Amino acid sequence: MEQERSPYRRSLIQAVLRAMLPHSTERRNFLRAVGAGTAYAAISTLLPLGAIEAIANEKAPLEKKSLTIGFVPITCATPLIMAGPMGFYAKQGLEVALTKTAGWALVRDKMLNKEYDASHMLSPMPLAISMGAGSVAQPMNVATIQNTNGQAITLHLKHKDKRDPKQWKGMTFAVPFDYSMHNFLLRYYVAEHGLDPDRDIQIRVTPPPEMVANLRAGNIDGYLGPDPFNQRAVYDEVGFIHILTKDIWDGHPCCAFGVSDAFVKQNPNTFAALYRAVLDAAAYARKPENRKEIAAAIAQPNYLNQPVPVVEQVLTGRFADGLGKVQNVPSRIDFDPVPWQALGIWILTQMKRWGYVKSDVSYASIADEVFLMTDARKHMKELGITETPLKKIVILGKAFDPSAPDAYVNSFAIKRT
Amino acid sequence: MTVPLGARAALVSLLLLLALLAVWHASTARAPQQQQELDEYALLMGKGTQKSDGLPTPAAIGAVIWKHLSNPFYDAGANDKGIGIQLGYSLGRVALGFLAAAAVAIPLGFLIGMSPLMQLALNPYIQVLKPISPLAWMPLALYTIKSSAVSSVFVIFICALWPMLINTAHGVASVKREWLNVARTLEVSRLRTAFRVVLPASAPTILTGMRISMGIAWLVIVAAEMLVGGTGIGYFVWNEWNNLSLENVIFAILVIGVVGMVLDFVFARMQRAVTYIE
Repeated sequence: MEQERSPYRRSLIQAVLRAMLPHSTERRNFLRAVGAGTAYAAISTLLPLGAIEAIANEKAPLEKKSLTIGFVPITCATPLIMAGPMGFYAKQGLEVALTKTAGWALVRDKMLNKEYDASHMLSPMPLAISMGAGSVAQPMNVATIQNTNGQAITLHLKHKDKRDPKQWKGMTFAVPFDYSMHNFLLRYYVAEHGLDPDRDIQIRVTPPPEMVANLRAGNIDGYLGPDPFNQRAVYDEVGFIHILTKDIWDGHPCCAFGVSDAFVKQNPNTFAALYRAVLDAAAYARKPENRKEIAAAIAQPNYLNQPVPVVEQVLTGRFADGLGKVQNVPSRIDFDPVPWQALGIWILTQMKRWGYVKSDVSYASIADEVFLMTDARKHMKELGITETPLKKIVILGKAFDPSAPDAYVNSFAIKRT
Repeated sequence: MTVPLGARAALVSLLLLLALLAVWHASTARAPQQQQELDEYALLMGKGTQKSDGLPTPAAIGAVIWKHLSNPFYDAGANDKGIGIQLGYSLGRVALGFLAAAAVAIPLGFLIGMSPLMQLALNPYIQVLKPISPLAWMPLALYTIKSSAVSSVFVIFICALWPMLINTAHGVASVKREWLNVARTLEVSRLRTAFRVVLPASAPTILTGMRISMGIAWLVIVAAEMLVGGTGIGYFVWNEWNNLSLENVIFAILVIGVVGMVLDFVFARMQRAVTYIE
């Protein structure tokens, strides 16, 4: 009987019972009649449960053990980077070479070239690449979201008194890539304040690492960029944090863990191991008490190459804002990994809104194909990670209904459709 | 007035260096921060710690140079290697691209130089392709070659090609007619003429082309590696730019300068070896 009490064995027996007696009332009656213990013992003797268990338990052999994963040196990629030095990949039997990459266009090209097996990507990129927008079409997936929140609008110190976006007419802003949450959030934010992002301000694509240098040189007035470069601008006394993106949309997705469809199909077991490693890392990163340790691990020259205090301020949410105040925002960045389809649909509505896709978009089906929501949730369940339900999407006070994307696009006054 | 010119020039060079360092030091030295209680904001802003702001002092650069040169071959992971390893990657790429370019440019240059027809026929292509900035090739290379490592070698190849090609063609075309006529009178075969008469006669011009090409290749590799990343001295500059660490960037600039000078010196010696007096 001892064996039958192991939770794994119990769930296996319950599964067998469910198969034999599909109706729950019948099943309950049967158990009540013979007694649960007897029923379990009987089933154990009838079926080679040990063998079934062994099959289910045995980790399938990995198709590919050494992988190359790309990343851009920003805190968005925290789970994927920390999984290297903190041993999350090794735990799954994977040898991962984390390769620092100079910008998003290069990440796209190296993914298309198959130089990278998987990569840190901006969450709109797999959607855009799958649709062939700004790229050759190749099916790409979002396995997990890397981070939520964690971006900010940083302005040059000379704009200290221009806190109202209405005063930003004629200014130049940088975003990391066309197909980025940064671009879409900046456009959304200025448009809500009555500025047309294509006519009233200039938006320029600049790789994140080059943003602070450009801000210092006065090439740009500000940027909606990833951390640590917002905090770095404060630390170097070049700029100040105007607004955290958390205060535009609390819980917005940002970067993603991207893999090509071909890689998933050719290496299902390796992909599953990779999934487990990244989800484990994300779960670890979500705990506030681990954040300082993570900051020290990823700030090294091999990864972010940044001063530890800067990364620490980003991850702990206790930071100097560049205007003389210490702010305490524990939810400044979070690492909720579930790629909810609703998030994908929102991104598609903005691609449509700003004219990045001209044709009609079948929102739900594209988001469904690209965002591997079901897989991520399944793996999380197996790992015993509790998921946070998706918050209602409200952006600057305006709610988004994922079941009516076209109506949402049409509801905006400033758009390119 | 018995001091030789070389020694006097060295003295002036040294004085210039000292003057430069003095001006540099004077303009970058900052008063030491007064010790005072720092509140939390100041601590978060990194006050009271070593922080890279403004141009570094000569002493700070000296410390960085010592740090890198005392341990040039460390390997702390895929994205953090010593300066010696980075230089090795860059020189390897330059050597590959340069040799490939030489393998194409010198035979092709011979062909063009020996045949007025080919010279006229190929001239328009050369004129169009020559002025293209090598980095403009990069997106196309990445897309077609599908490998960033080969792409950066390709970029070296394509920019090192033209000076060698043009100089070889020019050198071959301007071999003295009398020498060719003598060879013909002696009934030397065409192949033998090419190797025994044309090649030695045009070698100084070809070497000049190679020297120019090498200079360009070394200029280009830094830019290409900043774009493609991963390894190499260009990646080193980019990585330190990320961290806004001007000490390291200045160190890299010095290293790039010194290596470029050494490469040029090697080709200058080779050039001198093949120069002849008529």
